Amino acid sequence: MKQIYLDYNATSPVRPEVLEVMLPFYKEQFGNPSSVHWAGRAVSGALEKAREQVAALINASPAEIVFLSCGSEGDNMAIKGTLGALKDKGNHIITTAVEHPAVLETCEALEKEGYDVTFLPVDKNGTLDLADLEKAITDKTVLISVMWANNETGNIYPIEEIGKIARKYKIRFHTDAVQSVGKVPVDVQKANVDLLVISGHKIGAPKGVGAIYIRRGTRMTTFMHGGHQERNRRAGTQNVAGIVGLGKACEMAAAELDDYYKRVRALRDRLEDGVLSQVPDIKLNGTPDREQRLPNTLNVSFAYIEGESLLLNLDMFGIAASSGSACTSGSLEPSHVMGAMCVEVTLAHSSTRFSLGPESTAEEVDKVLEVLPATVQRLREMSPLYNCGKTAEDCETCETVRRI
Amino acid sequence: MYTDKVMDHFTNPRNVGEIEDANGVGEVGNASCGDIMKIFLKVEDNIIQDVKFKTFGCGAAIATSSMVTEMAIGKTIDEALELSNQAVAEALDGLPAQKMHCSNLAADALHEAIKDYKEQNE
Repeated sequence: MKQIYLDYNATSPVRPEVLEVMLPFYKEQFGNPSSVHWAGRAVSGALEKAREQVAALINASPAEIVFLSCGSEGDNMAIKGTLGALKDKGNHIITTAVEHPAVLETCEALEKEGYDVTFLPVDKNGTLDLADLEKAITDKTVLISVMWANNETGNIYPIEEIGKIARKYKIRFHTDAVQSVGKVPVDVQKANVDLLVISGHKIGAPKGVGAIYIRRGTRMTTFMHGGHQERNRRAGTQNVAGIVGLGKACEMAAAELDDYYKRVRALRDRLEDGVLSQVPDIKLNGTPDREQRLPNTLNVSFAYIEGESLLLNLDMFGIAASSGSACTSGSLEPSHVMGAMCVEVTLAHSSTRFSLGPESTAEEVDKVLEVLPATVQRLREMSPLYNCGKTAEDCETCETVRRI
Repeated sequence: MYTDKVMDHFTNPRNVGEIEDANGVGEVGNASCGDIMKIFLKVEDNIIQDVKFKTFGCGAAIATSSMVTEMAIGKTIDEALELSNQAVAEALDGLPAQKMHCSNLAADALHEAIKDYKEQNE
């Protein structure tokens, strides 16, 4: 059976060109980049080349890039490092109810330590009202943290507009750009971002490597204590091979961005049009304005059925997708993103995300469209909610389902 | 994550549907945790002649519903009342730990249906 991978927002395969440039750093080029001898010198140049490649993708300068182990580390570092450095200025963070757990749980932990956090609400399409953001700002606000694009819905947030607001009030601005880098243009200058986080494995580099952009002159307290690596920004011997891979993946993403957008967007639109026209009783999660969504992401809820059982059925056809159902999150509640968007609870349990990538094909999309309608119907026939006279209700109480 | 038996019952669930002239119906679970199970019984002479189910839920919810219908058919209602969620899970060669409390409700649904039958026939 042919395997169809439509879960690129979860992770992506390492691209062959990326693996190729990494391999020497597991073999002859094994040195520690901090060493002064030949073995160290042989690899330190490779690190700096990767720094340039990452910087070029987001219009930063290489000295502003710090390599990390993953995107979650970057979000933790950005938030905690800022609050530590600016503790004399204030204790208030503004973020959104739909952030990735790396931001949300960090903020919740800080809330327990006594910091004030505003979780901005979103509307039913998952969009933010920037008037809410401006109203939330106080003289104690030291950080605004808003993701560039949402991992579940693909919604793209108005980062440039938020950057203007942050500049107007002289508040530091952090964005988790893990889902948007390589998919849409990301420019830290245009967006006036101070801190921006990238993850390698979402863009064809391996797991275990990420990067943070730290605007020149941005004071941060140390998150990882130890050696003097990364200009004292982050201790720990660098994951040289991973970093070289991340650099190559960023270089490729920059070169391919226009093509990627056109091709993947066309495939996603083909899938979206097909699903919306062929399966009745479904709800699109996220903004209906496709320009305001990542080109690769489609999130839909299929009324009357639960997400995990749909995923298992699709898996039997070799199709890999993901769900916001409680069963797939390991908790008892469905996705906090669906909760924040006021998606009715059974629809939240059935939310299903298809996320495409550069390796996706039209044949794969067509196979999904061939299998999906009958699979959904089969599960509906088993559901006590289907044809019982009740229709999927609208959510009456708009309540953000906060994890923990 | 799931045993072969769970996947077998999930992919080929037994006794799916409704019984038109059921004399006992039970429903458990709630939408917020993502599992709703409904069991329909046909009881004659204190013996469960037929059982059918409809379930909204994950793989474990569907598999336990299917298994409990197989286990209940032919039993007296007193025997069926002794069937536990644990016994259903064991008959499926076990469930993942996180599913034991949220999706393992099929015996409860069966017991609710028997209660309904008893109330109707008092």
